[in-house]
Amino acid sequence: MSEKIPNNRVAYGKALVSVGETRPNVVVLEADLGKGTQTVLFRERFPERYFPVGIAEGNMMGVAAGLATTGLVPFASTFCVFASMRAVEQFRNSIAYPRLNVKVVATNAGIEIGPDGATHQAIEDIAIMRAIPNVTVLVPSDPVMTMKLIPMVADSMGPVYVRIGRQDTPYLYDESTLHLEFGKAVLAREGYDVTIIAIGNMVCRSLAAAEILEREGISARVLDMFSIKPLDSDAIVQAARETGCIVTAEDHNILGGLGGAVAEVLSAELPVPLVRVGVQDTFAESGDGEAVLRAYGLTAERIAEAARIAMARRDGLRRT
Amino acid sequence: MNRNIHQLEAIANELRCLALRAIYLAGSGHPGGSLSAAEIVTALYFSVLNIDPACPDWPERDRVVLSKGHGCPILYAALAKRGYFPLEELWTLRKLGSRLQGHPDMRKTPGIDATTGSLGQGISVAVGMALGGKFQGKSYRVYAIMGCGEQQEGQVWEAAMSAAHYCLDNLVGIVDYNTLQIDGCNAEIMEIAPLSDKWRAFGWHVLEVNGHDIAQLLDAFAEAKNTRGKPTAIIARTIKGKGVSFMENQVKWHSSILTKEHFEQAMTELGCDGYFAAACKETSHV
Repeated sequence: MSEKIPNNRVAYGKALVSVGETRPNVVVLEADLGKGTQTVLFRERFPERYFPVGIAEGNMMGVAAGLATTGLVPFASTFCVFASMRAVEQFRNSIAYPRLNVKVVATNAGIEIGPDGATHQAIEDIAIMRAIPNVTVLVPSDPVMTMKLIPMVADSMGPVYVRIGRQDTPYLYDESTLHLEFGKAVLAREGYDVTIIAIGNMVCRSLAAAEILEREGISARVLDMFSIKPLDSDAIVQAARETGCIVTAEDHNILGGLGGAVAEVLSAELPVPLVRVGVQDTFAESGDGEAVLRAYGLTAERIAEAARIAMARRDGLRRT
Repeated sequence: MNRNIHQLEAIANELRCLALRAIYLAGSGHPGGSLSAAEIVTALYFSVLNIDPACPDWPERDRVVLSKGHGCPILYAALAKRGYFPLEELWTLRKLGSRLQGHPDMRKTPGIDATTGSLGQGISVAVGMALGGKFQGKSYRVYAIMGCGEQQEGQVWEAAMSAAHYCLDNLVGIVDYNTLQIDGCNAEIMEIAPLSDKWRAFGWHVLEVNGHDIAQLLDAFAEAKNTRGKPTAIIARTIKGKGVSFMENQVKWHSSILTKEHFEQAMTELGCDGYFAAACKETSHV
């Protein structure tokens, strides 16, 4: 990639355009948030394939379902809050249940969106979407991954929910070496003392946490669990076996999201100490994005601390 | 298909019998709204639609979305009668392992074009089908059958607005206006009148017909086909439970269990006494 892409939204918009160039059956629906979700880039390039539905997310899901029955591949975009909650029953009954080929790509995930406040901070969408059968749930962490993921989403069959953040984000991966497969975690950093499993904007913070820990002589593995469903249970169990304790990090409620999903696997397969970093079952508030993340404990320092706690619990168990 | 009005009326009557028997054997279901839609479904499946039962997924086919999905017994009866699946399969309605789900499932039942049942959603799906047809230069038409209570769902009006915005003259919305819903009549639950004015205000061409008059329905479908630049709404005045005296205009028959006595009386009234006589004996224990 020649020019630097500032965030995952712009990466989505650009990926959508490139998908549109080679796939004439891809169409885009938007509920008056095209500037936020960056589908405007597709509108500029393919206006005839861009269908605004107005501020009507429920109808958008139904129209997308109908379009999908005709062989088209609709990408429907809005903010995560509206895609996963305002229109979830339409998504469930009109799209997921009949396994229609609709791709819902929602942006402005989590509390990092900051100033807009709790009404617009989706902290429940992963929990909701992964509880619906037939749905693939993906959370890309950097623009390189997003650019690579969107064409895979376009070529997949069936309903997909992609969760994308709003804020600018650093590049974590190299385009030539990043290998993506649904249901396979990306090893962002190898380590042997503790494993941090992270998604989205918390992957770069987990990598920063791993550096903090390294200075203390702790070797932390970082798994980018971009594929929430299907989930890479094997990687989780392997991490439990090899490092004996796990931290999860997500810009989402700790209930039902990544932390919940990892807890389900561990409790069934190989129980080890788990510390979940995320929104602690509370609504957040307005503020600068970074300030809000700090105020609610979504920082590299907090992840590092969680790792120390997880290791201490593991070692306590081993002693007894 | 060239069938005269009398033949179509006879078919509507037969579909009523088939639907009621399916509901009776299922032990649950929605008789009232199945009976009120009998002529609408008959006019579509036995005269209007360009379909091929041997090829349910034919891309050029006309589409039907039963947005009032709970009325599916009458639709299943029409599909069976048209040969999408054997008539005997109707007796598996709502039973474990059946292809005939309690509400329409496009993945299970041949001839069902959309999965519906959650009110307000089917009309949006129909809008997407019509929009997809226009976008791909196809000439098929899309028919969405809605309930009157369903008109209370906000999504209906989101869909209505979008259909007019995209000038979907390949889309017809039919309202089975029987004036009753689960908890009572529309007027006491939530008034939907003046319904024609509402659809007109949302940019649709509106026709009002007697929904049990096949000739009026056929004329309305023909007029819809000749209407350019906007979708057509057919407000079909109907009687819930039409054709069975004790069900007509009775709220309780939105969804009620048919006893053997109910069923037999209904068959007598519909003139279908002998139609199922043998089979009924076999299954009367159900």
